[in-house]
Formats: sequence, C-alpha cells, structure tokens
Amino acid sequence: MTIEEKQQEIIDEFNIYDDWMEKYEYIIELGKDLPIIDPDKLTNDRLIEGCQSRVWLDAEVKDGKMQFSADSDAIITKGIIGLLIRVMNDETPETIAKADLHSIGDIGLQEHLSPTRANGLASMVKKMKMAAIKATINN
Amino acid sequence: MSEGTKRPFSVREIREEFPALRQLIYNKNLIYFDNGATSQKPKIVLDAINMYYSKDNANIHRGVHFMSQKATTEYEASRITIQKYINAKKSEEIIFTKGTTDGINLVAYSFGELLSAGDEIIITAMEHHSNIVPWQMLCQRKGLTLRVVPINKKGELIMDEYDKLLNSKTKLVAVTHISNTLGTINPVKEMGAKAHAVGAKILVDGAQSIQHMSIDVKDMDCDFFVFSGHKVFGPTGIGVLYGKEAILDSMPPYQGGGDMISKVTFERTTYNELPFKFEAGTPHIAGGICLGKAFEFLSSLDMVAIQKYEKELAEYAQDMLDTFEGCRIIGEAKNKTSVVSFVMEGIHPFDIGTLLDKQGIAVRTGHHCTQPLMDFFGVPGTVRASFAFYNTREEVDTFIAAVEKSINMLK
Ligand SMILES: Cc1ncc(COP(=O)(O)O)c(C=O)c1O
Repeated sequence: MTIEEKQQEIIDEFNIYDDWMEKYEYIIELGKDLPIIDPDKLTNDRLIEGCQSRVWLDAEVKDGKMQFSADSDAIITKGIIGLLIRVMNDETPETIAKADLHSIGDIGLQEHLSPTRANGLASMVKKMKMAAIKATINN
Repeated sequence: MSEGTKRPFSVREIREEFPALRQLIYNKNLIYFDNGATSQKPKIVLDAINMYYSKDNANIHRGVHFMSQKATTEYEASRITIQKYINAKKSEEIIFTKGTTDGINLVAYSFGELLSAGDEIIITAMEHHSNIVPWQMLCQRKGLTLRVVPINKKGELIMDEYDKLLNSKTKLVAVTHISNTLGTINPVKEMGAKAHAVGAKILVDGAQSIQHMSIDVKDMDCDFFVFSGHKVFGPTGIGVLYGKEAILDSMPPYQGGGDMISKVTFERTTYNELPFKFEAGTPHIAGGICLGKAFEFLSSLDMVAIQKYEKELAEYAQDMLDTFEGCRIIGEAKNKTSVVSFVMEGIHPFDIGTLLDKQGIAVRTGHHCTQPLMDFFGVPGTVRASFAFYNTREEVDTFIAAVEKSINMLK
C-alpha cells in the first residue's frame, strides 16, 4: 500500500462516524491497541515534553525503511500516534521526508497537531520527519 | 464596598446578561467551567467597549479637546469606582496595570529596589508561576533569599511553618488570596498582621478572589493587592495594583515614558505624582473604562449571596465527583470555594478534558501554572472545573454525566 493509500484508508474508516464522541471512541480503541514501545526505550532522550501530555518516540531504519515506535501517557494522544505510525511505518526515508500528512486534518483532528496544542504531537511529527531526513542524508 | 441597592441574586437573570453563555459548541449547549482562566463579559462591559471605540476614542491626560476630556474623565471615574469597591482610602492608590502578572512584576521591581542583599521574601507552595518567578528574578538581582511556606495534604498553608519563616530579615510576604488550582482561601488578614509584626509588607494576589467575594483592602490591611480585569468580568490587558499610598510614594518608578513625568530635561527628570508615576505611556484606556463598568455591575450584586451560591455549587460538584471510583480531589481545604480540581486513577487529565470539550464543556487540564504544586501532589496535572455565579446546578449535573461518559470510554 502506498502512503497515500494508507491515508485514504484512514479517512474512509473515519468517514463512517458523524459524531465527535464516536470518532474519539475509535481513537481511544486505537490507543489501547497500540503496541507499547519497548519499556527500556522510555528514556529522556526519546521524550517530547508537551505541556499537557508527554510523548516518547523511537525511530530506526531497517532494510531501508523507517520503523517508528512511540508512546504517550495520554490515551487520545496515543491513538493519534497510532494513526501517524500506521501511515509512516515501512516507508522509505525519502517518502516520509516528502509526505503530506493530510489525513489527520481530513478526519478533523488537525487541532491535535497544532503547535499551540501542547500535547507533544506537533513536535513528534517534526521529529519523525527529521529522523527520515537524517536517514536520507546518511544513505 | 460601595453602598446602594443590591438586586436579589437570581442565576437565571444574571445569565441573560452574558451573551457568550448562549452558544452551541459542537452542537451542544456551552457549559463554561473555565472561569479560573478567564470570565465571560456582561452586556454592560461589551456595550461600553463598543461605545468607547465607536464614539469616545481619544487619548487621555493630554488633550484640550472635548473627546480627550471625556475619555480622561471616564478613565479617572473608573479608578474611583474601583477604589470604592475595594474600599481603598484614596484613588491615588489604584494603579492601572496590564493584569496580575504586571502588577506583581511592578512591585517586584520597584519595591525590590528598596531591598538589599540578605533580605528575605516569603511566598507559598501554592502560588501561580506569576507569583513565583518575579520574586526569583528579584532574589537573583539583589541577592535576596526566597522562602516558601509549605502546605499540608489537604492543600492548606501550614501556619506554624509560616510563623517560623518570619523574622526581622523578612521584607515581603507574597501570597495568593485563593489558589487557582485548589480553591483554598488563605487567611491573608492574619498573615498580614504577622508580617507587619516583624516589619514586613504583604502582597495579596487577588486574581482568584476579587470575582468571588467582597474585598476590603482596609479591613484586610494588606500593603498591596493585585488582580486582573479579565477574571473579574472586564476586558483583557487591564488590571489593578492597589498599594498603600506611603509605600507607593517611597517606591521608584517602574517604567519611564510619557504620563509618568512631571518635568523632563536632559539633565534631570522629575516624576509625576501617584498614581501616574507608575503609569508610563498611553494606557489601556478602553480597558480601564470598561473595567469600571464591570465593577459597576458587581456593585449591583449581592456578593454575600453569590459567595454562598458559588461555594455550594463547587461543593455539589465535588461531592458528585467523589462518588466516582478512583477519583481523587486535589485540594480539600476546609475553607475553599469555586474550584474543583481532580484526577482519575489511571486516566490522564488531558484525555478527560478533550472528551469534555467534545461534549461542549470547557474545563482546564494541566498544571494550571502551578508546577511546584503538581509535584507536591505527585500528579502531572489535574482537570479543573472553576465556577462563576452564572453557572448552574443543571450544568453541574450535565458535567458529571459527561465525566462519567468520558471515564467509561477511557477505562
Ligand atoms: C492566582 C493567580 N495569580 C496570577 C495569575 C496571573 O494572571 P494574569 O495572567 O491575568 O496576569 C492567575 C491567572 O491564572 C492566577 O490564577
């Protein structure tokens, strides 16, 4: 599946909900299901301090593809992280560096990615992209 | 408090005067429980803002023309309204500022100029960052020592510890009247008397008290009292520093500029009298005038009845929240009002806040600019519902149902 197809899949999944609470119910389920980041990766150098919730992010390159794992102390933040990782995992660094992550906005969650939201997600997306850009340079 | 006929308190009537309360958020009736952060504005204030900019706009204290005179008169009339409301001796003791933070910084800078190395300042463990950081900056600048009155598990100041901290080196005690995070009402009058006994002054941060109770600075006998206009139904960007005349007179100016001078030459400048000495530059004229309107509005209300109503509302909310398994109330002082802070075991405050928002309920989550307090209670933050007299029991019921729904989704 291309990164664009993955985003379209997410948009389609959310299209069945017309109520905000239903959308969030789904995000919370995603958050609960998200495989937890390896506990010994919950270190301060992987921590992104938001004013409201905290996020840990680990990025690796395996066989030329980016592998992200992440966690948050807030479940809604974690659910959105799950969506972002689904879109970005197993993609080449080049694809991620160029990617337009419109799907989060398309499903009505843009506010969570706004830098003023202070939940650490805006910084996380930036860090994911930075990790990908670094990997393209190292290639 | 200014005298006059007070209308009997009716929440239904009062709500009519706050247009912002009548709106749909995500298709739900707005429930505004974030009054600790800022209050909504009554029509009398909104109309005054509109009137000022559509008709009366002019600079003050400097024009010979009609509009400037009128603006000046109204601005100064507002100062007197506020003076009477808080029962200050003179209107010169009312300094217009940008808000609480600005007022504290003014005192920290200017009163701080009178202090010297080795002097001590006392604050408390429940202060807002804006009543911590300016004092830390002053201590660094002047080589002073900052002391902190600890609190107990209920969120009350430990008065024995306060007594121990006071000594002849203490020059100022800066304490919040009501904690924005816990709702605790501090015994500021008693604290002031004790400070005075060792020759220290007291600054009371009234950001969270001015809107909830009648304030009498003469009776409280505080040396400084600061608050923000926006939390007391007035505009943002305007606030008040009350200070006793003799103390303000002894303090050097804080900022230099127009309005605060008496005569300027390149060799020497003499400063204007109070209150203008502390009001450099063109002030927030509309803000000052409209803050006066907010106090006119408050003067027409029965604050005793309101205080009782708000306390009961907060207690009702707290009792209901307490019935949830895993709910921990942060701040259980005997003497508290208007604020309920809580955490739910295993659930992040941000998650609850987000889901409440989607149900049309505005609360605040996070550390509420009191990080040391969060560390003390060992929580990353709380969910805080803070009430005003326009909130209702029905709203609390809806809020409780929404909290329950949120918990069930998050568990
Ligand atoms: C107790 C207390 N002090 C100070 C402040 C700062 O007020 P402002 O940001 O209006 O200057 C607040 C506002 O949240 C407060 O609650």
